Amino acid sequence: MSAAATQTPNASFVRRLLSRPLAVVALLWLVLLLVLSIGAPVFAPLDPLEQDLLALKQLPSAEHWLGTDALGRDVFSRMVHGVSLTIAGVIEAVVMASLLGLSLGVSAGYFGGLWDRCVQQYVSLVQSLPTMLIMLAVLAVFGQAMLPAMVTLGVMGSAGVSRVLRSVTLAVREELYIAAARISGLSDAHIILRHVLPRIAGPVIVQMSLFAAIAVIVQTGISFLGLGVAPPAPTWGSMIFEASASLNDFPWLLVPSGGVVALTVLSFGLLGDSLRDASTESWSRPAVRQSVKARQAIQPKDLPEGCLLSLRDVTIVTGTGSATRTLVQGVNLDLKQGETLGIVGESGSGKTLTSLSLMGLLPPGVHVSTGTAVINGEVIDLSNEKRLTQLRGATVGMIFQEPMAALDPCFTIGHQLAEVIRLQGLGATQVQAKVMELLEQVKIPNPQDVAKRYPHQISGGMARALASEPRILLADEPTTALDVTVQAEILALLRSLSQSRQMAVVLVTHDWGVVADICDRAMVLRHGQVLESATVVDLFHRPQHPYTQALLAANPHSAKPGDVLPTVDDKLMNITGVAT
Amino acid sequence: MFKVVLHRLLMSVPLVVVVTLLTFVLNSLAPGDMAMTILGADGTREQYEALRIELGLDRPLLVQYLSWLGHAVQGDLGVSHFTKETVTSLLNPRLGVSVSIMVGVLVVCLSVGLMLGVASALQGGWVGRAIDAFSLVGLIFPSFWLALVLISVFAVTLRWLPATGYVFFSESPKDWALSLVLPIFSVAMYSITSIAKQTRDAMNDVMGRDFIRALRACGLPERSVIWKHALRNAALPVVTVLGLVMIGAISGTVFVERVFVLPGLGSLAVSAALNKDILLLQGVTLYFTLMTVAINLMVDLSYGWLNPKVRLS
Repeated sequence: MSAAATQTPNASFVRRLLSRPLAVVALLWLVLLLVLSIGAPVFAPLDPLEQDLLALKQLPSAEHWLGTDALGRDVFSRMVHGVSLTIAGVIEAVVMASLLGLSLGVSAGYFGGLWDRCVQQYVSLVQSLPTMLIMLAVLAVFGQAMLPAMVTLGVMGSAGVSRVLRSVTLAVREELYIAAARISGLSDAHIILRHVLPRIAGPVIVQMSLFAAIAVIVQTGISFLGLGVAPPAPTWGSMIFEASASLNDFPWLLVPSGGVVALTVLSFGLLGDSLRDASTESWSRPAVRQSVKARQAIQPKDLPEGCLLSLRDVTIVTGTGSATRTLVQGVNLDLKQGETLGIVGESGSGKTLTSLSLMGLLPPGVHVSTGTAVINGEVIDLSNEKRLTQLRGATVGMIFQEPMAALDPCFTIGHQLAEVIRLQGLGATQVQAKVMELLEQVKIPNPQDVAKRYPHQISGGMARALASEPRILLADEPTTALDVTVQAEILALLRSLSQSRQMAVVLVTHDWGVVADICDRAMVLRHGQVLESATVVDLFHRPQHPYTQALLAANPHSAKPGDVLPTVDDKLMNITGVAT
Repeated sequence: MFKVVLHRLLMSVPLVVVVTLLTFVLNSLAPGDMAMTILGADGTREQYEALRIELGLDRPLLVQYLSWLGHAVQGDLGVSHFTKETVTSLLNPRLGVSVSIMVGVLVVCLSVGLMLGVASALQGGWVGRAIDAFSLVGLIFPSFWLALVLISVFAVTLRWLPATGYVFFSESPKDWALSLVLPIFSVAMYSITSIAKQTRDAMNDVMGRDFIRALRACGLPERSVIWKHALRNAALPVVTVLGLVMIGAISGTVFVERVFVLPGLGSLAVSAALNKDILLLQGVTLYFTLMTVAINLMVDLSYGWLNPKVRLS
């Protein structure tokens, strides 16, 4: 067995951590602090309390590396001697927070039930306490000793730690090997110690590191207020306080005192962040958009008479460079006024992407690599999202699959409809009349009432797409989420609108019934490629492509009751030449 | 809506009780009690016993607490043993100072934080990086250190603003506002970036939702999509963070009032802690806890206003 294969996950975790330069620097700084705190008299031989009245408020020099303060004390020496007090306070708080947070979080996540609810109540109570005030009370009561104050900080901090660890434990508990360990009769204590704790060690260390950063700030703050440590003793907080007294004539003192605190807090924070990143999988960066000019230009005069929409060579891809994946390849189509075209295919065949590309609304990371459209007589490069944006609404409209998700949950349906209608420049009363008319058209009962409701109380995303009276309507499975009677009415509405307004309709669907009902022509899409495009009559009676035949045969409407529903894969088993 | 308010107020009763009881229990744990603190090292045994009975310290802890609570409900928080004044007469004049800072922080966070957050969600790039850098500064430097730097730059060097001290509104509204600028920004520095980051994340999330796509598909102008629909939907998580930030700002006022020598509740709390003035500290704690309750209540009310689902249920 090779050396790499025998490495434990922990070893590779450490290696991943050490491969991050910032984490290494942070770690080095913290180790340096630890060494300084142990060997303070060696590294800073000058007495931190000794006052040299002949050398007040001096800038850094060979003798005083960081200068001297208002009493002539050596700043570097005070800083180094202050390390141990800070480190001690941080350790007290972190130990308390992690011990309490770990036991509460893990037990709540593992056992659940009443105990879990108690812990959660405790967490929310502690998190709403005014931390600083509680600490002040503790300091007042315990004669300004640092230890009880930092332990109190640890108790307050344990709430946040336990909340994170609870959710991590919940996830671990659901895993199969924990269930197996339980079934095999291992005790809870054994399972927690041997199986749960090793799995959540990463998050525990992350939480400890992040909490240590907070503890440094709080410890500095307490000594800044003159609490916790008796005055002449050097602490970082008291150094900042001393700097405040010399603010007018010697602001330099702010630099070393604030700098050391900031570096330490930053190191703990960076370490925590790097630990978190190293313990989770790295994810790829979002693709950078590449704009590619359309390969073949088309002219409106080349198009058939009355053509409202034409697409030429539309290719949609995701990713860049070698990671590019083609989602839709070279789609062409022509659509006349009053004509309805069905785009048929399985999920993931690129039907929806094709229609979204026309709106300039492709999801992030997906873009048009080539493709030209002629929309209402205007030639448009499909990568020109700016122009497509201007055409949305009045020229091209779209009905989405899930009517609920298409409405803003924060506004009433009437408001959202009126908003779009107002774009046509109508007056208030006309807008209201139009809202009612639209709601009636899409077969919503009680339109007066519905207009005042919020989307979560009713559904009605379709009316809004029609409110802007577009020339071209894209409908992405508009009837999937509706019941059968409404479905039929909506289809009838689409048909009548396409006739009366001479609107061109692109209907994306996987339902052959819908295609047969209202489409004039249809095209079959699979893996982003157009396999067949023909009039509906031809397509149903003389399907050319084997995949179309399979798709038609898999129509669940023609299955006999009791039989297993046919699928495309059954039919394709013996067909060759269809695979991508 | 009334129910929500009532529920929140009822829920906050245990919080107030826990916080005040905690201070009481802490007090009893301390080596030496209040009578000893008042008398100091010179007191005789007899004087001490007499003072204990006078202060009611000979009674069981729970009885002492209930007696304090009974008086507190009637607006009597006891007498500070240090200044011999009633706690309420010490606290009430200082409340305005702390509330002024808190309201200022809220206004600054909302205006600057929201603008930055939306800008970085839409622009990405340098606005986002600037916010990240800014928030790093707010995160790693203690607020009182930043306050000192602000004084050094804007008061000592540039002389634009007063370094320390407080002017009451009744004396001069202009000087009052000027004396609050640096304290407010010192506290808000960290909060602004929290709000901005939360706004950015929430906006990014909302902008990817289906209804935004649908609104755009209807041809709605982009400014309306962003400032009306997206921001309204992104507001909920932002309000949650705003509540936490404001509760954190209470602790911030303790330091900032100290640095800027403002006569607020926070600086009073520090001197109470230094003087072991337990009843006064208890009073400040109660005031700050009530502020926390008020903040949570406002968060709940804005949830109701922002989210129709909460409003109608």
